[in-house]
Amino acid sequence: MVERKRPVDVVLVGFGWTAAIMAQELTEEGLEVLALERGGWRDTGTDFPTTHAPDELRYYWRHAMFQETARETQTFRNRRGQTALPIRRWGSYLPGVGVGGAGVHWNGQTFRFLPSDFVAKTHNEERYGELPEEMTVQDYGVTYEELEPHFDRFEKLCGISGKAGNLQGRIVQGGNPFEGFRSDEYPNPPMEMTFSQHRFEAAANGMDLHPFPAPSANMSRAYTNPLGVQMAPCTYCGFCEKFGCGNFSKASPQTTIIPVLMNKPNFHLRTHCEVMQVLKDRSGERARGVLYLDAHGKLWEQPAEIVILCGYQLSNTRLMMLSGIGEIYDPQTGDGLVGKNYTYQVMSGVDIFFEEEYTNEFIGAGALGMVVDDYNGDNFDHSGLGFIGGAYIACWTTNQRPIESHPVPEGTPEWGLEWKRAVQRNFLKHTSLSVHGASMAHRDNYLDLDPTYTDQWGRPLMRMTYDFTENDRRLSDYITPIAEEIARNMGGREIGVTRRADDAYDIWPYQTTHNTGGTIMGETPDDSVVNRYLQSWDLPNLFIMGAGVFPQNAGYNPTDTVAALTYWSAQAIREQYLRDPGPLVQA
Amino acid sequence: MRPVQISRRRLLGSSLLTAAAAVTFPGLGWGRQYGQGGGVPWSPGVADEPYYGTEPLEFFSAAERRAADAITARLIPSDESGPGAREADVVTFLDRQLAGFYGRAQRWYMSGPFPEPLETQGYQAPQTPAQLWRAGLAALDDHCRETHDGREFAELSEDEQDAVLTGLDEEEIEFDGVSAKQFFDFAREMTIEGFFCDPVYGGNRDMLGWRYVGFPGARYDYRDFLAHNGARVDIPPVSLFGRPEWTR
Ligand SMILES: Cc1cc2nc3c(=O)[nH]c(=O)nc-3n(C[C@H](O)[C@H](O)[C@H](O)COP(=O)(O)OP(=O)(O)OC[C@H]3O[C@@H](n4cnc5c(N)ncnc54)[C@H](O)[C@@H]3O)c2cc1C
Ligand code: SF4
Repeated sequence: MVERKRPVDVVLVGFGWTAAIMAQELTEEGLEVLALERGGWRDTGTDFPTTHAPDELRYYWRHAMFQETARETQTFRNRRGQTALPIRRWGSYLPGVGVGGAGVHWNGQTFRFLPSDFVAKTHNEERYGELPEEMTVQDYGVTYEELEPHFDRFEKLCGISGKAGNLQGRIVQGGNPFEGFRSDEYPNPPMEMTFSQHRFEAAANGMDLHPFPAPSANMSRAYTNPLGVQMAPCTYCGFCEKFGCGNFSKASPQTTIIPVLMNKPNFHLRTHCEVMQVLKDRSGERARGVLYLDAHGKLWEQPAEIVILCGYQLSNTRLMMLSGIGEIYDPQTGDGLVGKNYTYQVMSGVDIFFEEEYTNEFIGAGALGMVVDDYNGDNFDHSGLGFIGGAYIACWTTNQRPIESHPVPEGTPEWGLEWKRAVQRNFLKHTSLSVHGASMAHRDNYLDLDPTYTDQWGRPLMRMTYDFTENDRRLSDYITPIAEEIARNMGGREIGVTRRADDAYDIWPYQTTHNTGGTIMGETPDDSVVNRYLQSWDLPNLFIMGAGVFPQNAGYNPTDTVAALTYWSAQAIREQYLRDPGPLVQA
Repeated sequence: MRPVQISRRRLLGSSLLTAAAAVTFPGLGWGRQYGQGGGVPWSPGVADEPYYGTEPLEFFSAAERRAADAITARLIPSDESGPGAREADVVTFLDRQLAGFYGRAQRWYMSGPFPEPLETQGYQAPQTPAQLWRAGLAALDDHCRETHDGREFAELSEDEQDAVLTGLDEEEIEFDGVSAKQFFDFAREMTIEGFFCDPVYGGNRDMLGWRYVGFPGARYDYRDFLAHNGARVDIPPVSLFGRPEWTR
């Protein structure tokens, strides 16, 4: 027997970045909000205090904070016709689990998408003519102008360290001149750059590019956010990406929202509760709540007036499929929308090895870097190039943790004496540039349910069919050489290049945890799973957060845009939906 | 579309699994309810210390230990530039890891089928790390005895050992029942882990690996060194063994 819990106003599936924001916004409105999180409680003092946080084996290599594949994973193949196999050990991306979600172990590289990214189809077609038919790119249905106040809110919540390049339309020296207008300066000044960034900046300036300090969720100074929560200055510890911050210096749900939320009588959280399904009511036209499994293996029904999926792109998409909401995308017919337009990130990198100088990259932080945006989005003329979208080029100094980062020049053997000596010789004298490219939707890249492999409850795993496209390869071929040129001008002994899009997408090497699409947003029920307010077209009391709503991915890290969309959706719920709980956009 | 049904039988069976998981997985307690104005449920002095892989468990037999130690000593050899994996006691690291949850692949999806994978599909061996090492070490010694007049791997000369390891790496040597290449790749990966991990896990003894490359270890504040401007920052390493009572 499935027992019923007492009904609540709002149930949130998951308790990571998007859920924390939603919980804060909707409890402000007086609603009773419950978050169901499949992982455990996590706080700085208990789970990653400074005395334990710098432990490379435990947190990264033994995945102390990542979802176990034993509980949920995906199957993967490059193309239709191949047999997808389960991801048994995470590689390319690292889904989070537990209170705070991936927000605990993100880097904090906090970029806004460009205004043109939100209208990728109309903008590019107006400028360059019709896009190829297999490129299933579309507009978001919401504009940069509409999201601007919400970007601003998230950046102030987090205390982002950075320098504006466009203040109310005025271009400001030292920031990113290509960015969309900002209503306000960043709440904190940029981080302190080190040797590698100085070399990058000089080389980029020498090529008439426009370097600027990366917007960072690592605090450049002590900060108190608008909710009254305090953060401490970052100590550049170099255990940031893939790690929790022991210093309260990295913006995360724990360091920005949770302390306030936990004091509210109308919020509560249940941990070790995995949502299995969104339940529909008898009419099939509204969600009646969710079905979840607690740590004792008992199933419960949690009734709610509003259901909001905040479980990260992968989990949200699979829950839609397992709950039978909407139709699963079929690339052969083009029918169905759930799972459509799965996109990712097209990465390449350039290693730089110095001879005399020391880079000492163990002195680093998750979002410590200098960036050029001259080749991102539509910041440059694509006429005749055969691709759309772009990439930022950045010199990040995130870490020199030795199990993960012991780079050696090309041609070095992979083990033995020669390898060992090369590791020693280059360990303190290396830096790298990252080319962080957009990923445009393609008819043949998608998610559906696997016919063979199931999870521990006997339900199909989600299947990912994904490979780099012609657009990706051209983008990488065009922009990587520019990064190589910057690298060569930085004064090192030699460089080495890695280009992911040269080969088929490989699920093993870590690339980014920027999985996007699958529950895409848009203008009509014919082209999207959710409307411009992230409300399901099928069930008006169901909302879907996260990067799954991106119709395609831009050349930036997603979270600033994910968070801005969450605030935007929360505002629509507060100001419109509660007054009239039906569809916010008429189909 | 209709929702996918959850099988009740599966659910029953696997709820036992969850229960077992909850008690043996580090840091995973029972489900709890928080909030309703109760504040952040934090109590001082109860930090979750690293313990898995720090206990002196044993996995290897004496013969396996000999072979594993000899492999690590060739992957990261000792020379005049500094000590290698043997001196850093990587074999003890391996022993503890393989005896614990990692050796059992406890957190990995290990259900079949296991067809021939594409190169892009990552780790697809049907064995857990412990099984892979057990089968791989046995097959390695068998191979060496057959090809080197009855001598096992640890008894070969360094040049002979290098030649055998190269044969595994380049897929010239194959084993029955276990992939020689997969075994080699795993051995390499875990040897690097054991050379560079925190000494609490049994490897990187005396922080030899960190000293060799100049990594300052488990430090947490480098603000004083940000303006190094390309000069060497040379600070002695510290480990998570920070508190003296840990080593007593
Ligand atoms: C190593 C790493 C580095 C990153 N660096 C950056 C960066 O520098 N910049 C950037 O912009 N982004 C970065 N990201 C991405 C960023 O972390 C995510 O965009 C962000 O956390 C997404 O928020 P979310 O709420 O959608 O998901 P999450 O924050 O991951 O939260 C989802 C939560 O839902 C829970 N959950 C899922 N399914 C269920 C279910 N069925 N029942 C109950 N609970 C469930 C999960 O356990 C999890 O706690 C990084 C990610 C990783 C892993
Ligand atoms: S680099 Fe800074 S923000 Fe990141 S974990 Fe270390 S102290 Fe925290």
